[in-house]
Amino acid sequence: MRSIRLLMVSLLLLALVAPAGAQKIGGTVRVLAVWGGSERESFLAMVKPFEDQTGIKVEYEGTRDLNAVLTTRLQAGNPPDVAGLPGPGQMAEFARQGKLVPLRDVLEVNALAQDYAASWINLGSTDGRLYGIFIKAALKGLIWYNPKAFARAGHTVPLTWDGLLAVTDRIARTGATPWCIGLESGAASGWPATDWIEDILLRSAGPAVYDRWVRHEIPWTHPAVRNAWETFGKIATNPRYVLGGRQGVLSINFGESPFPMFSSPPRCYLHHQATFIQDFIQKQFPNLKPVEDFNFFEFPPINPNVAKAVVAAGDLFGMFRDTPQARALMRWLVTPEAQAIWVQRGGSLSPNRRVSLDAYPDELSRGAAGILTSAEVVRFDGSDLMPEAVNNAFWKGTLDYVQNAGQLSAILRRIERIAVTAYRR
Amino acid sequence: MSGTVLTALLVVVGIPALQVGYAILIETLLRLLPPQQQWRLRPWLWLAPALLLLVTFLIYPAVNTLALSLLGPDSRVFVGVRNYVAAFTSPEMLIAFRNNLLWLVLFTTLTVVFGLLLAVLTDRVRYEALAKSVLFLPMAISFVASGVIWKFVYEFRPLGLPQIGLLNATLMRLIPDFQPIAWLVHPLFNNAALIMVAVWVWTGFCLVILSAGLKGIPAEILEAARVDGATEWQLFRYVIVPSLAPTITVVATTMVIYALKAFDVVYVMTNGNFNTEVIANRMYKEMFNVRDFGQASALAVILFAATVPVMVANIRRFRQQEALR
Repeated sequence: MRSIRLLMVSLLLLALVAPAGAQKIGGTVRVLAVWGGSERESFLAMVKPFEDQTGIKVEYEGTRDLNAVLTTRLQAGNPPDVAGLPGPGQMAEFARQGKLVPLRDVLEVNALAQDYAASWINLGSTDGRLYGIFIKAALKGLIWYNPKAFARAGHTVPLTWDGLLAVTDRIARTGATPWCIGLESGAASGWPATDWIEDILLRSAGPAVYDRWVRHEIPWTHPAVRNAWETFGKIATNPRYVLGGRQGVLSINFGESPFPMFSSPPRCYLHHQATFIQDFIQKQFPNLKPVEDFNFFEFPPINPNVAKAVVAAGDLFGMFRDTPQARALMRWLVTPEAQAIWVQRGGSLSPNRRVSLDAYPDELSRGAAGILTSAEVVRFDGSDLMPEAVNNAFWKGTLDYVQNAGQLSAILRRIERIAVTAYRR
Repeated sequence: MSGTVLTALLVVVGIPALQVGYAILIETLLRLLPPQQQWRLRPWLWLAPALLLLVTFLIYPAVNTLALSLLGPDSRVFVGVRNYVAAFTSPEMLIAFRNNLLWLVLFTTLTVVFGLLLAVLTDRVRYEALAKSVLFLPMAISFVASGVIWKFVYEFRPLGLPQIGLLNATLMRLIPDFQPIAWLVHPLFNNAALIMVAVWVWTGFCLVILSAGLKGIPAEILEAARVDGATEWQLFRYVIVPSLAPTITVVATTMVIYALKAFDVVYVMTNGNFNTEVIANRMYKEMFNVRDFGQASALAVILFAATVPVMVANIRRFRQQEALR
């Protein structure tokens, strides 16, 4: 028994002494996040130079049910060292419970403020302290299309929402299907629809109403919110407008949903999704050239009287265990060098200003990065800012709405009921 | 790594050593007492370790869950039966109750009926062992994996695109003008589609148990019935089924309990969307998404309460049989 204790003490001492002495820290850091497939590969590529330099092994684990897995691990006293956070709302909850390590002593906060726009820092802070950093970003509200097929059918890129509806109807009248929409995403099914509704609300009611909605200062039954749902429903619940009808919308996986745009003849012409979908398209069709074979246009303005705004989202990272390895990894992930790796692999924008536009692999992603950095009004993905219970109800609500559009009033009342208790906590 | 090995070693060697040590200790101590008291104390001292584990890992959590179910989301305020009222009135929960009932009836009936049929049929062929092994195989697959496998089978593609789901592809081949169906979304089929996955997994289990029961029926009885001129159907209906009744009850009880706590298949395949919610999945969401410990505990208590009558009936029946022997 005594020899075991002796062994453990000496091991512990070794662990404490080692980082100070050697360049290579060694050891492991356990990371939990949502990415699978090519996104997972990109993250692993992002940490590869870090592993080589420090000798620290990054043990990555991915799950689409991030919130549940994270909560369970925290309850069990076995959290990952570093983890992706479901959103700023959830981050604030973890921070107030004392589960997250404040990053003030981990990162050079002043340098960080130089590299990141203030809004990113604010979103990662709770009660004035920094807890989360964004390691990648996405521009939401893009409409992807197949330019060649689009031009061949005689359509032009619409500049207004009414124009978009007109194009939609024109395509449908030729007997083709205008839209590809897929909402399936495992435990998070429904989120692509919440993006639609956020884009519509921001452009129809304006940023001020959007902010009040996110903070739950207006109810879910508010006419502006209801109108956003119905506007989305005009496309998503019309069987002539979407591939596979409502069954298709509900059961097709979001990652595969844009693919029919590129079959010949194209099975649909338009697809609404954030920047990251580029990576999905290119992995599936390596021969397609960005801009030439697939392109996007910005979600068109709806109400000319509100300020032009875009929705952005990002992946927040926080530290749950204060180990030298975790600190080193956090320091690496905020660097422009690290973020440029994912940017070059495609599908990601960098929130770090020092990642130059030249780092982007093609015109398309460079264009998206340009829109994000030059936009006057940027709003964060609203559902990610809401309490998790409301976010879940929002996801589920969109699915119920697509399945049974006549139930909209009941759906909004249900989300409102959940919001009333969730925001009070 | 060395830590894991150390723990494993500690468990494999340490725990038996502890048990033996405990036995020697109590026996040494007991020998110091007069025989009368030795006789009275011995069973309790031998039972103590098991009782301790039972209390720590079964009774304490159950009581604690009951207590939590009367408290608010973060277990700080007493809310009385509010969580239970919510559980029995919210529309999501009513759907979950309806679906669990559907599971209870469909799943139990189908697994037991299929299991019984297959047990009788395989009993009459030469390749019985092979057939039973194949039918039992799904049981070896984890339920989550079964869910994933069947998600591929049910996969839907819009008309005109190649169908990659086995079910839609087959039906399209067989039936002209067949429109592909999103099995997991369509309100008429989705619950049945989920239940079929669980039936696929569990039928093998029912088959094996019922088959063992079948082998236990004395050949003379069957012989006698045949000599008396019973048809094979009459043999099944009036001899085999009654003789198997105790086994059928045990199997059905197990299936009922599984139907009540159905979770994995639903979670993996639909996550309770499109009106396929079940109580256990609701409990999971309340616990880990909403983090309402009170509500989640209330659901756990309701599930527990629902299984108790089944267990009681099972034990009572078991006792009756013991008494008959």
